[in-house]
Parts: sequence; C-alpha cells; structure tokens
Amino acid sequence: MNVLLPASLPEALDMLARDSAAVPMAGGTDLLVHWPVRVEAHDRTYLDLSRLEELKPLTWKPDELVLGGLTTYWDVIRDNRAGREFPLLVQAARQVGAIQIQARGTWAGNIVNASPAADGVPVLMAYDATVVLESRRGREEVPLDRFYSGYKEMQRRADQLVVAIRIPRRTLSLQVFEKVGSRRAQAIAKVGLAVAHSAAGWRVVAASVAPTIRRCPALERLLESGARVWSSEDLYPAIAQDVAPIDDIRSSARYRTRVMARVLYHDLRDFWRGERRA
Amino acid sequence: MIPQERHQRHEDAGRTEPALQAVRFAERSLEGVQRVPGPGGQAFDCGDGAPVRLDREHETRPDGLAVEQHRAGATHSVLAPDVRAGEPQLVAEEIGEEQPRLDGAFVARAIDSDDQRRAQGPQRYALAGSAARRQDSTMRRREALAKLTGREQYVDDLPLDGFLWGMTVRSPTPRGRVTAVRFRKDVDWSQFVVVDHRDIPGPNVVALIEADQPVLAAGQVRHVHEPVVLVAHQSRDAVRRAVRSIDVVVAPEPPALDFRVPPAARQIQYGSDNVLKRLSIEKGEVERALAQAPVVVSGTYETGAQEHVYLETQGMIAYLEDDVLVVKGSMQCPYYVLKALQHALARDETRVRVIQTPTGGGFGGKEEFPSHIALHAALLALKAGRPVKLIYDRGEDMAATTKRHPALVRHRTGLSRDGRLLAQDIEVVIDGGAYVTLSPVVLSRAIIHAAGPYSCDHVRIRGRAMFTNAVPFGAFRGFGAPQTQFAGERHMDVIARTLAVDPVELRRINLLKDGQTTATGQVIRDGTDRLAVMERALELSHYRRKQGEHAAFSATHDALRRGMGLATFFHGAGFTGGGEVALKSRVRVAGRADGGVEVLSANIEMGQGTLTVFTELAALRLGLEPEDVTIAEADTSRVPNSGPTVASRTTMIVGGLVERAADDLRRRVGLADSARGATVKQAISRWHREHPGEPLFGEAAYEKPPGIEWDDKTYRGDAYGAFAWAAYVAEVEVDLRTCATRVIDFTAVQEVGKVLNPTLARGQVQGGVVQGIGWALMEECKWRDGAMANNQLTNYLIPTSDDVPAVRVDFLENPYPHGAGGAKGLGELPIDGPAPAIVNAIAAATGADPREIPVTPEKLMELMEIADLRLRIADSAP
Amino acid sequence: MSVHSAIRNPQSAISVTFTLNASPVTVEIDPADRLLDTLRYRLGLTGTKEGCGEGECGACTVYLDGLPVNSCLIPTYQVRDRSVETIESLDPGALEAFERCGATQCGACTPGVVMTAWWLHGHADLLRTHTIREVMAGNLCRCTGYDGIVDAVADSLAEKAGKGKEET
Repeated sequence: MNVLLPASLPEALDMLARDSAAVPMAGGTDLLVHWPVRVEAHDRTYLDLSRLEELKPLTWKPDELVLGGLTTYWDVIRDNRAGREFPLLVQAARQVGAIQIQARGTWAGNIVNASPAADGVPVLMAYDATVVLESRRGREEVPLDRFYSGYKEMQRRADQLVVAIRIPRRTLSLQVFEKVGSRRAQAIAKVGLAVAHSAAGWRVVAASVAPTIRRCPALERLLESGARVWSSEDLYPAIAQDVAPIDDIRSSARYRTRVMARVLYHDLRDFWRGERRA
Repeated sequence: MIPQERHQRHEDAGRTEPALQAVRFAERSLEGVQRVPGPGGQAFDCGDGAPVRLDREHETRPDGLAVEQHRAGATHSVLAPDVRAGEPQLVAEEIGEEQPRLDGAFVARAIDSDDQRRAQGPQRYALAGSAARRQDSTMRRREALAKLTGREQYVDDLPLDGFLWGMTVRSPTPRGRVTAVRFRKDVDWSQFVVVDHRDIPGPNVVALIEADQPVLAAGQVRHVHEPVVLVAHQSRDAVRRAVRSIDVVVAPEPPALDFRVPPAARQIQYGSDNVLKRLSIEKGEVERALAQAPVVVSGTYETGAQEHVYLETQGMIAYLEDDVLVVKGSMQCPYYVLKALQHALARDETRVRVIQTPTGGGFGGKEEFPSHIALHAALLALKAGRPVKLIYDRGEDMAATTKRHPALVRHRTGLSRDGRLLAQDIEVVIDGGAYVTLSPVVLSRAIIHAAGPYSCDHVRIRGRAMFTNAVPFGAFRGFGAPQTQFAGERHMDVIARTLAVDPVELRRINLLKDGQTTATGQVIRDGTDRLAVMERALELSHYRRKQGEHAAFSATHDALRRGMGLATFFHGAGFTGGGEVALKSRVRVAGRADGGVEVLSANIEMGQGTLTVFTELAALRLGLEPEDVTIAEADTSRVPNSGPTVASRTTMIVGGLVERAADDLRRRVGLADSARGATVKQAISRWHREHPGEPLFGEAAYEKPPGIEWDDKTYRGDAYGAFAWAAYVAEVEVDLRTCATRVIDFTAVQEVGKVLNPTLARGQVQGGVVQGIGWALMEECKWRDGAMANNQLTNYLIPTSDDVPAVRVDFLENPYPHGAGGAKGLGELPIDGPAPAIVNAIAAATGADPREIPVTPEKLMELMEIADLRLRIADSAP
Repeated sequence: MSVHSAIRNPQSAISVTFTLNASPVTVEIDPADRLLDTLRYRLGLTGTKEGCGEGECGACTVYLDGLPVNSCLIPTYQVRDRSVETIESLDPGALEAFERCGATQCGACTPGVVMTAWWLHGHADLLRTHTIREVMAGNLCRCTGYDGIVDAVADSLAEKAGKGKEET
C-alpha cells in the first residue's frame, strides 16, 4: 500500500493529477471500516488530506456559510451560529454515529462517499448547498442537487478534491430533518428527510429511498401548489414519482414508502391542511 | 500470593515508558504520613506524588502493614490491618508494575469520618478492618480498577514471543460433500502452516453431549462457515490473504433450512426425521381437561435467534511447554475445553493444561464454542512447533459461532370464564442447527419453564429440537427459558384480552402459591410471596396511574402511543434435575503461609462478579478481611473441577462449596467451626511452620440438598433446588409515523434469595434487562443459507445507552437455605421477562397483536395495518 | 519475534513521530496500519481494545488532539505531529465513582467507556445541549445495561461541581 502525504492543497492537487487512482483519505470513517479484513483495499494508493489545514475551518460570510473540505460534523455542532441559522446541520450532525464519528467525519467526505443513506447530504441539499471542487485544471462549482447522476456516480473527476461547500444564508420559514433509523444513535438511516422553505421555494430531500439522495420535485410542486392533502396515503402518487425504495438488509420498500409519507404528512400537517402557508 | 508471570513487553514499548503510570499515592485519602520502619525502608512525604517502589510482602503485624497483590492489573494496596473507623487506613497504590517490591511505606492518619466516603480515593476494597463497615457495606468489584484503567489483560493483550497468527478456512455451502480443497498458485504455501482433519491425533470429534461434531470437516459439511482447514503465519495480514486463496469446493446437497416445517426425505440428515431430541412433560389429563374447559385460547409465538455480542471476541493461544500443551483464552468452562482437547488430541490430563484468561463477556456464547477454537489453535501449534494465537474478527465471530436457539411455541389453553388455568397444552420447537451441541439441555430448560410460574392441574408440554443446516445454535443466557416464557407471558395477555380479564388479575388468580405444584409436579414451598413480588413491581412502576394517563396521552399526541406491559416469570438455578449431582463439583480453599487463603475453583469471572463474591464468601466464612483472600487463576493444573460457569450456579452452588471448603480448612488446622479472624490466620500460618513444604487445603464436594427428587425418564419431580421469581413492568412509547418503539420506563422486581452484593446484583439485572430489550425490539438475525448475513454491528443492532431508560431494580429477600449466603441464582432470570413485558406493552399501546420478536418497526407497521383493518371492518359491521 | 503488522513492503514503510500520552514517540509503520494496531501491537499499549473494527462499539476510543475518536478508523500516518492519549494516561485516582457505581463488569468495553466519560467530565458544558446517554452512545456495553456507567458519570460530574462550589 502506498500513501501520499501532501503538506498543502496545491501539492495534493499535483499528486492527484499525476495519479488519478489515488484515493483521497479525510477522516477515514467510511474508508477504514473493517479495514483489516478488506485486504484488497490495502493494495491501493491513498492521498492523505489530513494536513491540508486550509480546508479545515468553516467560514461565515455575509451571504453564505462555507464549510471547508475537511470541516467535521463536530465543528458544526460546536459552532453557535450554525445552531441558530442552520439548525438542520446540527440536528443531522448529532445523529451521525456518535461523538467519536462526529469528531472525525467530514461533510465533504460524506458527499463523495455518495451513500444513498448519507446523513449530511440531505440537509445540505435542502439548504441549496454548492460543492466546490478544485483540481490542477481549475475550480468548478456544482449544485449539490445536481451532483449525483446514479448510484455512487457523481460529478467529481478523479483529479478533483472537494475544497468547500457553500451554503447560502437565507431566511427560512420552515426546516425539518428526520432520520428514521433502527435505534437512536449509531444507526444507518432507513429513511432520511430534509425539508426547508425559503423565498427560493420548497426543498424536499429524501435519503435511503433511491439510488441517490435527491430532491423530490413532485412533492415540492405539491407543496408549492398549496393543494390540500388530508392523509399520508394521498402523498403516495407524488412519492412514487420522486423515489424508488428497495428491500435491503435494513428495511423494506413498503416500510420506507409508508414512513416517508407519514413523516412528511405529520411534520407538515398544518401546510397540507391549508392551516398555514409558508 | 497468586503466581504472576513475568511478561516481556512488546518491542518499542520501552520508548513509551513515560506513558505508563508511575506509582502514585491515593492523594485524596492522605492527610498525614507516618513512616513505618521496615528493612531498607525509605521515607516519603505525603502528597508530593513521588513514586514508591514496594519491595516485599510483609506479614501483618499490629504496627505493620499487609500487602495485597492482585492477579490482574498489577495494582497493589498497602493496607493497615485491623483498623477501626477513624484510624489509619489505606495507604498507597502502586500501578504499573507486575512484580512490586515493598521498600517501605507509610500509614495515613485518620480520615475525618464525614469526608470518609469522598476521600476514600481509588480502592479495591472497603476500608480495612472496620467492623461496622463490614456489616453494612459490601465489597466493591475486586478487579474494577484493573478494568477501568485498561490494565486487565485479555487473551489478545498478553505478550507472546515468536507466535503465529491462526485463521480458519470455512465451508461456503450449507450442505454437501467436499470434493476438493484448492490452494491457489500465487501463494508460497511453504511459508504457511496448514492443518486439516488428517492432522488430528485422536478422534475428529469435539467432545460435548454427542460425538457428532467434527473438529474439522472431513468430507461432509453441514453448515456454512463449518471449519475445514486452518492456516497460520507470522503475519496476520499474510494469513488473511492466505485464507482467501484457499477454495473449499463442495458438491452441494439439499439443505434443511426451516426448522418449522417437516423436512423432505432428501433433507433428512439426523435420525429418521431430523429431530435431535424429543422431551415431554405430562401432568394430569390435558386432552380431557381441554375438552371440558369453558374457554380454550390458542396462540402461536416465535422468537428469533440472538447473537451474544460479548465485547471481547473469542480467542485462544496455544503453545507447548516441554511436553505440556498449554491453551489460554477467553472461556466460561476450562474443564470443557480440557476434555475436548484431551479427547481429540489423545493427550491425557498431565499433558494438557487449560487456563482461562480474563474474559470480556460470555453470556453462554463462550460455554462450548471455545473448545473449537482451543482445538484449532492447538492443532496449529502442535504442527508448527510454535505458539499460535487465534482471535476471531467480529464479523467472523458473529457469523460462525453459536447463537440463541430460534423457537416456535404453540399454546392451547383451557380456562374457566374468570381466567383460572384448567389445562395447558404446549408445543415447543427449537432450531438446533447442524449439530447436537447443547440442544437437548436447552430443550429441557425450555419445556420446564414453558407453563410459567402458574398453578394448573393438567399440563402437557411436548418439545423437540430440530436439525437444520444452520450454523449450530448454543447456550445464551436463559438457555431456552426466555423463548418459552416469551410465548407464555404473551399468551397470558392474549388470554386476558380474549376473556376481557385484567392481565394483572389473570396472574393473581394463577400465580403459584405454596403447596401447589409446577408442571413437573414439583411442590413449591419456599415461602416466597409471589403476589407481593408482582404488587411491588406494579407499585414501583405506577402501573395503574400510568395506564390511566396513557389514554389522555393518546388524545393529546396524535403520533405517539404509550402502553404498560407486565410479565411474571421464574427461573430455576443450577443444573436441572440430577445435573448438579452428575457434575460432582469440587472446590478447594488453600491456606497460605502468611495465614491468608486462596480459593481454587474452575468457575470464572466474566463480569458477573465471581472474583468478588467468592472473596466475600470466604472472608465472611472465616472472619477474614477481603485482602486476606486470593482467587486462583482458573488453571486446570491447579484448580479442581467445580463445574462450568453457566446455569446461574456460580454463587448459589459453587459459592456454597467455597463456604464448606473454608469450613474444612478450618477443621484441618484444628479449629472449631466458630473460630474466626486472627485466630484462623494464626492457625494457618502456624500449620505451615509445622509442616514446611506441604500443601494445606480444605475441600468440599457437591451434595444434593435434601428432599430433591427428579426422574429423568418421566421428566417429573423437582427440576431445580430453587426457583427465583420475578415481575417486570415495561412502559413503551410507539411513534405511529415510523412504528418505532422506545422503552421509556422499566421496573424489575425479583426474589433471588439473599442478595449478597447489591451493586453486583443490580448490575446483573440491568444488564439482562437491556439484553432483553434488544432481543425484543432490534436484534434480528438475517439469514442466508443458514448463516447470519448481517454479521456486523452496523446491521445487527444492540441497544446503546441512548436507547434504554434507567432500569429500576428492587429485590424482595427470602433466603434460600441451600444457597451460599442464602442466595439463589440470579444471572439468567433478568432476560426471561423483558421481551414479553415490552410486547405486552406494545399491544396495550397500539391495539396490535405481536406474536413474535423482534418487534421491528417494519413488523409493527404490518401488524398495525392489520389491526386498523380489523377496526375498520368492526366499525363498518352492521 | 512475531508482530501483528510486520511491515509488508520495506519500501513503503513510514516513520511516524507523534506525541503519545504527553511523550514523543517515533515508530516505523506499514502505511496500512491503523492507530489501534500501532498502539496495541507495536507499542504494547493494550489498554485500548478492538471490539468491532467498524467504529460502532467505541472500545477503541482514544483522544486525538483532545477529541474522542475510534482508533480503529484512523490510519496511523494521520497522527504524525499530533497528540494521542490512551487509557494508560488517565489518573486512576479519578475513577472512584466508576468503581462505586458498578460501571464495569467484564471490562472489555470499559477503557473506551472511561475515555469518553472522562472527556465529558472535562467538557461538561456539553451537557447544556446533550444528555449523558447521548454522549455515551458511541460506547456499546453488553454487560451493565448502562445504568452503572451513567450513574458513575453523573456522580463524578456532581462531585466535580461540588468541589467547584467549595473552592469559590
């Protein structure tokens, strides 16, 4: 096994340009799972990002919060302003594993791991985050809701690193995050939902119910329209248009669909019934 | 003094010397220092943290000191003897050295009694010598500090020179004939030690109940993950890669994978019908009583497998010391391992030695399976001529070792209209997997507990353990009783709902009273007020009040429902029937030259408190201080066979042998039974002076308590010397959006004889309850070809601290005359009750009717849709 | 002498210098070595345990730059020039509440539990937003049912608060 140890971002991008098969290693909380028994993973080259200090801080700007490429869940949990302005980030971060994982896991790592059950991605997507990628060839920005093209497929070239995640600061009239797992902590989501409303409109993001985490346009349109919905079952047609849950080792398609409908219905009940407008 | 091995440190450890603890004073407990002269003694000031090197063990003198060296953790307490409250007390603790040397030490001045508790500092024991304290406080866990500081050395922590890592190559198929074992060409196999069944010197059998399970498969495989070949190499990474480069080729045959359905002819692999064992209990005339009963309520219940998830995975070390094979590792039963090694390796007991290392959890999972790993490590070590270490990865441990037997239980119950039990007809089927292992004994306990702690004149319980091509199932805390008592207690609530009788009332009517008999005809006359146990649980849980509040709660929370659930149950401690007699357990208590004693037994510590309880029992019996008692390492070359550490027998039965062996020791040094304390110590040390070089020990062998009669052929009589009784109440909250259930309150009340050590006993109950919560709600084995497919902790979920409430524990005491100190067995009882209490609570909360566990959110959602459907149909009925 | 992770390819060996329990340490490691492996098998610090290898159980908890982390998920090369603290560095004198409250039974989870608990003890302001149980949820225990652990943490925090009050 080989490991490359860049001391700076430009050095890292150089190395990545020369060896596009090198696997960037941030917090290791995904890549090192069951490491000793996964001997085939040892026969690769890894690019250690842990010394790229410039990627660690999160930065507050007048109109956006910028998470660094190595900002951890714990960094956000401990940031007072994040709790006030972007509470879903803190809620989601607190439900990632437990403290030991939160201290090491990075938002960017969660994005490029591209799990359909990822914890950080749904809330970032509901906040209209933009992924900032850099390579030797330059800088590129991709809205997170257009970042995934298929199961584990994303708009990241092998020579690119995620260096920042930009989140616009907006006034949000509603924000909800639900992670349905098999227990309170240290659980992989069976269904994940992040919903937000601002002047930019409704955002409904679902996890674990499709090959990728994605926005739900049919549900968003339903919310925008203000149409009355009187039961969770009435959401099934829109859900069917937006997602395609499966049976797997953790749960069933039937359960996921029903739970998604019920959680969405219950958490936004006042809106569905027209008793409240966003 | 317990022999300590000098261990060599790993390479590079010297560079981290500063990282290791130097000797420190128990600073908070020191208020003044007084120098105590000793040979070559040095004086130290108090409170400056300067390290003390303790040089030699001192005899206890009125003005002197006693040194206690603990087996594990290398922490040494220097204590003043015979100290009364307010007088000089605990001195210093040395940390970090295995072989302390007492140079000189000092005695702290009196500690203000108000601050005493807070100022105690780190201690293994209650403060030495205070008679008042000895009465109203019990010993702290003896090895707690070693465990808390990470110094307790488990098998994978032990330094070992020149060893090879071992690993196992396993069958990929549930059933078939091994046609080839292929070693891929890209590996230099000359660098590896490879073992297969041909290397086994004796019979290729893991000795247990039946001689059906091979050490290594030889031609026929009967389950996925069955061991076929063993490999060893100096590099763990190399051996992992090597295992992947060996292909076991199997010509598949049709497996039997569902224990609930009768096997097809081509699936028969055991006897004529794949039944590993049949057992039945009959009392009265159940068919007639059912026919005459005004009401008959039937129900079918299922429980799933459960994986132990002891936090320390299984592992063994094996090496030759001259001609003696030494096997050390994580285990519950050193003598089971010894017997298995002797048998398959054709070595008599002078050439095999088994030593239990500190064991990080067992729960039954390390009752019989360690024999397999011991044999595997031994075979590799014998072939390699070098020590071998074999540690299971978590995924391997979960997939390839035993689990709780899945069960299917059918009830047909005849009752009077007001809820009195008239007839119980119960069928119990358990999945034994691909070898007999311990299934007959699990089945036995399952059927004995199947009818519950109730009085009924007509009972028939028919049980069978089925062969399937699943990874064999084995012992897990409760051992059959949790399965059948889940069914029985859930059925009681189903009966209650059917008859429109209050579930509490139903238990009140039927709970055994003194003079009544169990299903096997055992007359219960222990004087325990079983109704009071239940009443106490109802009282502490605010059962009635909360039931009233729950209706209002539902009205104000449209997505949440709450409910209360009750379970009343029992658990027989010790081996069933004649089992304890057959074990012929023996214990020794040796007298040491310094006047203290050493307890020698094969019963081990795996967290349940053996070291502490045995220390307390010996100390109390002889009037000694806990620091005068050492517990011998469970080394078969030194300790007698006191039986396995299972069946909740260690305190009750083996502890009783400790007491009697202590009595025997006392007699051997010429003392009357009433002699205690310094008299005993002086007599022991005098005996040693008068008999230099000779061993001194008292012995005790198991004797059946009077009045216990059991007939193994008819399965009637006194199944156990004592039953413990319990009532548990669970309060749950169900989220209707997700159908996830949370246990928000839990009350556990039990009668277990005399509670010897409240902290330990409470810990056993709380731990068992949380395991029960996991089994009821979230622990689900997902099967593929009879093996666990979700064999990792992300996919097999056990409760975290955030998933469970504080568990409220209460004990009603009724001393058991034949148990050590009046105690009954306690370890397994707590896992019998939580699952049915929780599922009864879910039913109360939601109106759903779960009949199997785990009640996962997915399952509950389906059940609630059925319940809704019934409600809607009922509503719409004319 | 046999080592767990013999350096498989000498050309890829890395020298890693870091601060371990307040002292500098330099080790030659294979890049594939996890911090857990380095601590246990290279440096002989066996107090840190392996329970699952996947960051679920927390038995391998150590501090990296003052934060509790799962050492089974950290490549050793990432701790170069950083600070690592293991259970061996904790003051045994601080553990009285844990002994008293039955926080340990079999002990396999215990070093990890103590590391997280002790860290919380030093960062008690976290309890304004978190419960003890939430903070401890990354340390699985199969023996205690958690009450002994939670009681010990609560007691030791109360004692600390009590002492704080006395000093003012």
